[in-house]
Amino acid sequence: MNRAAWLAVLGAALVALPWVAGEFYVNLTSQILIAAIFAASINLLLGYGGLPTLGHAAYVGVAAYVAALLYLKVGLAHWLSAPIALLGTTLMAGAFGWIALRATGLGFLMLTLALSQVLWGTAYRWVSMTDGDNGLRGLTRPAPFGISLDGATAFYYFALAVTVVSIWLMAKFVASPFGAALQGTRDQPRRMSALGHNVGLIRWLTFVYAGFWGAVSGLLFVYYHKYIHPVSLSLTNSAEGLLAVIAGGPGTLAGPVVGATIVMLLKNYVSTYIERWNMLLGFVFVLIIVFMPAGLVPGVQRWWAAWRARRT
Amino acid sequence: MQFWVIQTLNSLALGGLLFLLSSGFSLIFGLMRIANLTHGALFMLGAYLGVSILKFVPNLWIAALLGGLAVAVLGGLLERFLLRKLAGNVLGQVLVTLGIAFIIADACLVIWGGDPIPVPTPPALQQPLRVWGFAFPSYRLAIVGIAFAAALGLYLLMERTRLGAMIRAGVDDMQMARAVGIPVSKLFTIVFCLGAALAGAGGILGGPMLSAYPGLDADMLPLALIIVMLGGVGSLVGAFVGSFIIGFIYTFGVALLPDLAYVILFLPMIFVIAFRPRGLFGRFAA
Repeated sequence: MNRAAWLAVLGAALVALPWVAGEFYVNLTSQILIAAIFAASINLLLGYGGLPTLGHAAYVGVAAYVAALLYLKVGLAHWLSAPIALLGTTLMAGAFGWIALRATGLGFLMLTLALSQVLWGTAYRWVSMTDGDNGLRGLTRPAPFGISLDGATAFYYFALAVTVVSIWLMAKFVASPFGAALQGTRDQPRRMSALGHNVGLIRWLTFVYAGFWGAVSGLLFVYYHKYIHPVSLSLTNSAEGLLAVIAGGPGTLAGPVVGATIVMLLKNYVSTYIERWNMLLGFVFVLIIVFMPAGLVPGVQRWWAAWRARRT
Repeated sequence: MQFWVIQTLNSLALGGLLFLLSSGFSLIFGLMRIANLTHGALFMLGAYLGVSILKFVPNLWIAALLGGLAVAVLGGLLERFLLRKLAGNVLGQVLVTLGIAFIIADACLVIWGGDPIPVPTPPALQQPLRVWGFAFPSYRLAIVGIAFAAALGLYLLMERTRLGAMIRAGVDDMQMARAVGIPVSKLFTIVFCLGAALAGAGGILGGPMLSAYPGLDADMLPLALIIVMLGGVGSLVGAFVGSFIIGFIYTFGVALLPDLAYVILFLPMIFVIAFRPRGLFGRFAA
């Protein structure tokens, strides 16, 4: 079967899911979709730009907090608060990108980590605004075109539609000439610079674009849970996203989706048996990096190619 | 007036603790070129180990010594058996330290529980020191003294000993250092142990001020990152100056603008990025 056929089967399975699976699985899949957008946006930076971000939860959390605060404190309707949250978070990504992209490699990693930790600490301590450790409750889901998203199935289709559009637009971005230039800056920044490409600008635009998709994931996240807590801004959340990309395979389109699925399944299943998600996350991190540094998707692809070569 | 005096002393004491944390972080980063993201977790582990040691040996100084030693052993094992396997893969090494940090933090939660554990101030230092009508908390003065002593000790180690000269050579040009026969890999282990020991001892010495609580690691790690970026990677002087600057900014931020104390931490970062990317005393940009 070729790629289009695989995608058709996957699409059919996703569309048919609510008819065959119970509400628990529908909700779980919604969460996987939200995590997949988040991981795919990290992949733009890590996989295609070679920029290891450890602060991407900042965009998820800020978009979610802005949308929640606009609803709770200002009383704005969803159709107004959502674009404001997306715009505001994207602008913040512009500012953070300007700061973080002064460095590459580990300096970039430390700067993104420090920036997001400052936001995390603020969300914890600015109790009058964010209600600190209690989080913000009392949110509602939007009803686009008058269709209520309160049911699990309705929300699932909404999340699925958003995810398909997001992944498709990110794939377009990567496949475009700009995406090729981005991969050039990852592999040979000095040569790209010598060829007349503005390496800094290419990275910054990618950073902002990735921040925007992080914000989209954050909006879905806050609509799904109808609740937001500082943990969404935490290093743990950034690390989960990064782990999804690394586990699935950075620099591949399917990698982050596969990785996000694995991470969410681990988080939901294993943590019902042992309440030690952080410890498990740490162990999985160490194991993946030591034993499967290229990620699952490239690993399996190589295995598949070797198997086919042996057969013919 | 008393407010300013006390807050100044608090800033100095926090700066001293931050120096114990960030000097090791900076040395490890300078020599091994990796950001050791376990550093916050090692600080917290030191605090918790100290709590347990204090149950058997009711002396904070001995607890700090033993706690620092235990954390140093753990750090050495990490470097020797995990990080060395990933030599050359800098991002992999950093992410492994992150994974270990999660494991340590969660293990602390399992062992010592979720409630903050206060650490008693040593009895000899419970009375405030009275000078010119001001009451100075004497434990904080002691912390400042310890930090200065540690800074002096590290300075002498780095500038006056053969080991220090080898570490400096490794920081400046690792390949040349290897070529002239300096055992750089052995230095990695030594520096990692030293950094871990300082962080662990700092954790328990900070106990009477900060207490031991889950999340201490996540509170301290960003401060260490910002200090090292501000001071300059691999520079002891930078870590020293940076620690006290951040100590002041953070303490006065918490006292004057409690809600937004963390936002103020953006300022030193933006200053560094905009005006001096390699930090105040750094030789190269991180």
